[in-house]
Amino acid sequence: MTLSLSGVEVGDRLKQRLPQAIELADGCCLWLKREHFLGAAGWLKETLELDYLTNLTAADVGDHFEVTYHFTSVERNHSLMVKVQCPRQDAQVPSVVGLWCGADLQEREVYDLMGVSFPGHPRLKRVFLWESFEGHPLRKDYL
Amino acid sequence: MEIIPPYSPVEVDRSEGSAINQLMAASTEPFADQETPEVRRAVLVTTLDMVVNWSRRSAVWPVAFGLACCAMEMVATAASRFDISRFGMELFRASPRQADLMIVAGTVTWKMAPQVKRIYEQMAEPKWVVAMGQCATSGGPFAESYSVVPGVNRLVPVDIYIPGCPPRPEALLYGLMMLHKKISRESLMTRRLQ
Repeated sequence: MTLSLSGVEVGDRLKQRLPQAIELADGCCLWLKREHFLGAAGWLKETLELDYLTNLTAADVGDHFEVTYHFTSVERNHSLMVKVQCPRQDAQVPSVVGLWCGADLQEREVYDLMGVSFPGHPRLKRVFLWESFEGHPLRKDYL
Repeated sequence: MEIIPPYSPVEVDRSEGSAINQLMAASTEPFADQETPEVRRAVLVTTLDMVVNWSRRSAVWPVAFGLACCAMEMVATAASRFDISRFGMELFRASPRQADLMIVAGTVTWKMAPQVKRIYEQMAEPKWVVAMGQCATSGGPFAESYSVVPGVNRLVPVDIYIPGCPPRPEALLYGLMMLHKKISRESLMTRRLQ
């Protein structure tokens, strides 16, 4: 069974390197600040050998969106959950396609259904719904 | 919508999107169900009808076309346990031009709708449509959804509706037997209309 890393422990290590990147940390999850997300993600990938992006999804939490990343290390058999928040008016999170290629379609899916855009993505366009579809259906205010 | 090369992927996407939007706007009302009209039977035509209908219903070849989980039941129906070849229907044709029957097995999304309609239009007359399962019949649990066609009868006229989610192979076979009955009531005097 893959060991789930504690967000607090990983956060403590990250604090020595990038203290401004951490928003919050608890037993199961690490919240990162959007401005420093890419740098912190690169550090996590390198230090913890998180070579595999298992899952990327997003949730609508009212006034902001929460993009969730599940990283796994195949080499070391551990995993980590990372979350990034972005305000509803400015729904943008930097793309991690440069770090994990598997983020490509998953970021497109989040963009398609939740309307969070990912600057830095090579071809960010709808993947399930068709072009010229109006709105993003998984947003709470869609209906 | 016709696009002329050289075209970019963006143009292809836009053309696909506008085709779907046009189809959505055009299919707000369902087609009427395919009824077999009653005709006055003359002796000669009746006898000829019998022969023609016998030959038609004895080899209704379906088009190999499955959309969702109902397709698994359709595959099971075609396999040896339920054995659709008892009806001479085991030839699932890969080309719609060689097929007589379209079993719409599964949820039809609006993105898939133009292809469903195109396959139906590519089939040669006489042709029949079976809506298999709740989704194809009425949209099922996704009837109010933004992306699911609420019943395939918005796109093509349907002959037989089979309830179930998904219908068991027995149910599909029963529906197909109903279709055979329906075919045997048809007459050359009346043309089936689109």
